[in-house]
Amino acid sequence: MVQNENFEPRIIAFMCNWCTYGAADLAGVSRLSYPPNIRPVRVMCSATVSPHHLLRALQEGADGVLVGG
Amino acid sequence: MLTLSEVTDISGEEGNLQVKVLQHPRFVDMDKCIACGTCAEKCPKKVEDQYNAGLMKRKAIYVPYSQTVPLKYAIDKDNCIYFQKGKCRACEKFCPAGAINFEDTEKELDLKVGSVIMAPGFTSFDPSSQDTYGYAALPNVVTSLEFERILSATGPFMGHLSRPSDKSEPKKIAWFQCVGSRDMNRCDNGYCSSVCCMYAVKQTLIAKEHSDVDLDCTVFFMDMRTHGKDFDRYYEHAQEEGIRFIRSRVHSAEPVPGTDDVLVTYVDERGHQEREIFHMVVLSTGLEIDEHVVALSQRLGIELDPYHFVQSDTFHPVATSVSGIYACGAFTGPKDIPQSVMEASAAACAATQPLAVSRNTQTKTVEIPAEKDVTREPPKIGVFVCNCGINIGGVIRVPEVAEFAGTLPHVVYVEENLFTCSQDTQDKMTAVIQEQGLNRVVVAACTPRTHEELFQETLINAGLNKYLFEMANIRNHDSWVHANDPDAATQKAKDLVRMAVAKAGLLSPLHQTDLPVHQSALVVGAGVAGMTAALSLAQQGYPVHLVEKSGTFGGNALQLHRAYQGEDVSAYVKKLTDEVSAHDRITVYPESTIQGVDGFIGNFTTEIQTPDTTETIAHGVAILATGAREYKPDEYLYGSHKAVLTHSEMDRLFMNDDPRLKAAQNVVFIQCVGSRDETHPYCSKVCCTHSVESALELKRRNPDINVYVLYRDMRTYGKREDLYREARKAGILFVRYALQEKPKISDSGDQVRVVFRDPILDRELAVEADFLCLATAIVSYHDQTLAQFFKVPMDADGWFLEAHQKLRPVDFANDGVFLCGMNHYPKPLDESIAQAQAAASRALTVLAMDTINVGGVVCHIDPDLCAGCLACMNVCPYGAISEDKEKNVAEVNEALCKGCGACAATCPCEAAILMGFNNQEIYAQIKGALAA
Repeated sequence: MVQNENFEPRIIAFMCNWCTYGAADLAGVSRLSYPPNIRPVRVMCSATVSPHHLLRALQEGADGVLVGG
Repeated sequence: MLTLSEVTDISGEEGNLQVKVLQHPRFVDMDKCIACGTCAEKCPKKVEDQYNAGLMKRKAIYVPYSQTVPLKYAIDKDNCIYFQKGKCRACEKFCPAGAINFEDTEKELDLKVGSVIMAPGFTSFDPSSQDTYGYAALPNVVTSLEFERILSATGPFMGHLSRPSDKSEPKKIAWFQCVGSRDMNRCDNGYCSSVCCMYAVKQTLIAKEHSDVDLDCTVFFMDMRTHGKDFDRYYEHAQEEGIRFIRSRVHSAEPVPGTDDVLVTYVDERGHQEREIFHMVVLSTGLEIDEHVVALSQRLGIELDPYHFVQSDTFHPVATSVSGIYACGAFTGPKDIPQSVMEASAAACAATQPLAVSRNTQTKTVEIPAEKDVTREPPKIGVFVCNCGINIGGVIRVPEVAEFAGTLPHVVYVEENLFTCSQDTQDKMTAVIQEQGLNRVVVAACTPRTHEELFQETLINAGLNKYLFEMANIRNHDSWVHANDPDAATQKAKDLVRMAVAKAGLLSPLHQTDLPVHQSALVVGAGVAGMTAALSLAQQGYPVHLVEKSGTFGGNALQLHRAYQGEDVSAYVKKLTDEVSAHDRITVYPESTIQGVDGFIGNFTTEIQTPDTTETIAHGVAILATGAREYKPDEYLYGSHKAVLTHSEMDRLFMNDDPRLKAAQNVVFIQCVGSRDETHPYCSKVCCTHSVESALELKRRNPDINVYVLYRDMRTYGKREDLYREARKAGILFVRYALQEKPKISDSGDQVRVVFRDPILDRELAVEADFLCLATAIVSYHDQTLAQFFKVPMDADGWFLEAHQKLRPVDFANDGVFLCGMNHYPKPLDESIAQAQAAASRALTVLAMDTINVGGVVCHIDPDLCAGCLACMNVCPYGAISEDKEKNVAEVNEALCKGCGACAATCPCEAAILMGFNNQEIYAQIKGALAA
């Protein structure tokens, strides 16, 4: 991967509806601040995230994948 | 839900009560408030935050904490500058929804109800008056509730372990147990608060986790009362983690001059005075009933005990002295969360029992328009982009996002709203869907966790399937967290909209179907718990099949003499058995066993083997109340010397008025026989109280008798502590022994010689005992067969494992199956009865329905793609997948599926699909996220 000073990673975040997604909601309610690089995909349980999903994200050009559950 | 409200009076009688409620003004219109928080941000008045125990500030307009239900702001009139000084109204000026209403007034409401449940909770003991612990004077002496807030991510230090005085990280913390509990000198709280030992242990471990250094934690305690399910293991774990436990009631906490540290003086078990410096002290404060609750109870005529808890009896744990008024939680006595949740369900059962005849007499049917079939139409997507006042629009350039949405495939309609969630927008949305012929809807606004349901209802009202809907969370996940970067936030909003539209285009309608419920119950086990559950359900109007393997009903209670408050157990068991036998809705099956179970929630079929025949019954729910048994020890000469007895054998002597009792001069009790050891690493919970009761009974029968209780920790929790105090007053001697140094027993003719070490005298003592009563453990039957029949799990000790130890204490993960009594964990009669009523209550939630609604977001396995490997069956946590042996494929039972999608991720053939979250939809979202 070519790294430079302006590199901004694009990260796909699979978020469990019952925990991580809720936590991200609460981060908003609490007005916390974090970098705008993640694109959340809501799932009903982190257990439903398969290797196919992770690979597909990387194939489509994501620089990283986060699974929160 | 009536918030900010208090009950002022209740009159009438059970079934027809009039309740007077005083509702205080909120000054915020609940229908308009969108909980954006702008008002609190702009409010200039800072107020001490009670929720955070005064450790931080909130504003005069506020929500008490972030998970508040309903999530609506309120003005604290006593602190509001406008109300106090006549000027300000900043909140009104800045509220984007126009929700502030300074004209709001107090309202009096008259409610007509059939029964009332009181669940007013507790307040934490205020240790300010106990100057020896320096709470009022020393900033680093805090209460456990304050420490709880210090540890919390939403607390004053955002979860970083800091002490109040200088915000530095403490390296050494002490916990003092029994502050405001078990204390008749410095306060009048003679009871044990039941929960403090466990929460202190929890706090030590969490503090250690939050600490950057190797935190030194010390707990000063009298008896470690970790008597709940799995609690002893947790206590042992804490010891292994290096937490110091010192058996001592601390003398004093004083300042250390020149520092903010605390000097702790205490006397150890051998009588030596020790002095040690700590950086911080946590007082494990007890539970008390608030004075307002006491005043209300007195007004309503509810009888309270001397400590102000509800005076309840063992056999009616959630009843009060006023017919029609029930109670649960800490109001009936100090207790932890699982027990409170059980009592809550129990109270719901007891309070609805007399009202059962009125069930479903006041229901209304909702008119729903016919659903339009859109399966053959190409997607026509409407996108609604919300400004949320300025919450989104103040950061994200909403018009730009809306314009962008219009360029996306299949989008035929775009609208920008000030508040998409407002009622008038919903009405307009319904019209737009119909006029424009939309067949998919995307709302770019806040979070689906709070608003998906609202918008889905709008779809239903417009004649669309509610699953043809998707949200883009551009507020909580975007404008609120990227407020200082509007460009990036706007770009992210576009991506989120593109993702939602891409998924929406692929959505298909999902359907739900109704399955009929067989409105009858199976109860397995006819002990007190099983009979209570059966009777509760029968009295609520449902047929019950009650199966008991033995020939007699009553279980372990048949062997008990008296309950801890002195009630006659045999008389109660007889009354209960008679009622159960006579009830025409209860079919009893004595000397019968379960041979097989098939089906699922609402639709079980069970085979019962009776002495004469095999019967197959259909039922909608099952309650397992199979009990547990007394452990028969193989130590302390049990079984080989007639002076050595178990608890129940001693009770038998009492019930038979055995003449040997009169002649006895010395009686010794040994606690924890078979409990809290390697074989049974748990506390059997009932034995301490039982021994104290029996010891007192011996003293009552013969005041000159010498009684010794050899114990490890006396666990007379809650109100049972009074018995322990009474026993010591009566001259019963309590001597502690350690697991490594058990009492030694030898044969001494008609007596046994008991040799033990007194840790205070530090000497070995010997007693020639006429009776040695062993407080033996309660052990599980380890009924694997039954567990397999009902697909329910068992823990390592053989106790049935509930769905959630704190929040779902009588449910199994397998829907429609419930548990109560001692197969869950050893427990006394009052708790078994409450749990049985709770199980009945939970079962009623199924039985009261004619049908159950299944489908929607559930998994589906395509039989054409399934290879029959059954990997999915092994990962399904709900037992919802079974094998179709004929076709050699797996299939999902929609009634059991919770839609987690674990099977979909596991299936190597992609045959398992989670509806509404299928791979194509997720791939489309991924592609949409990265398309920019």
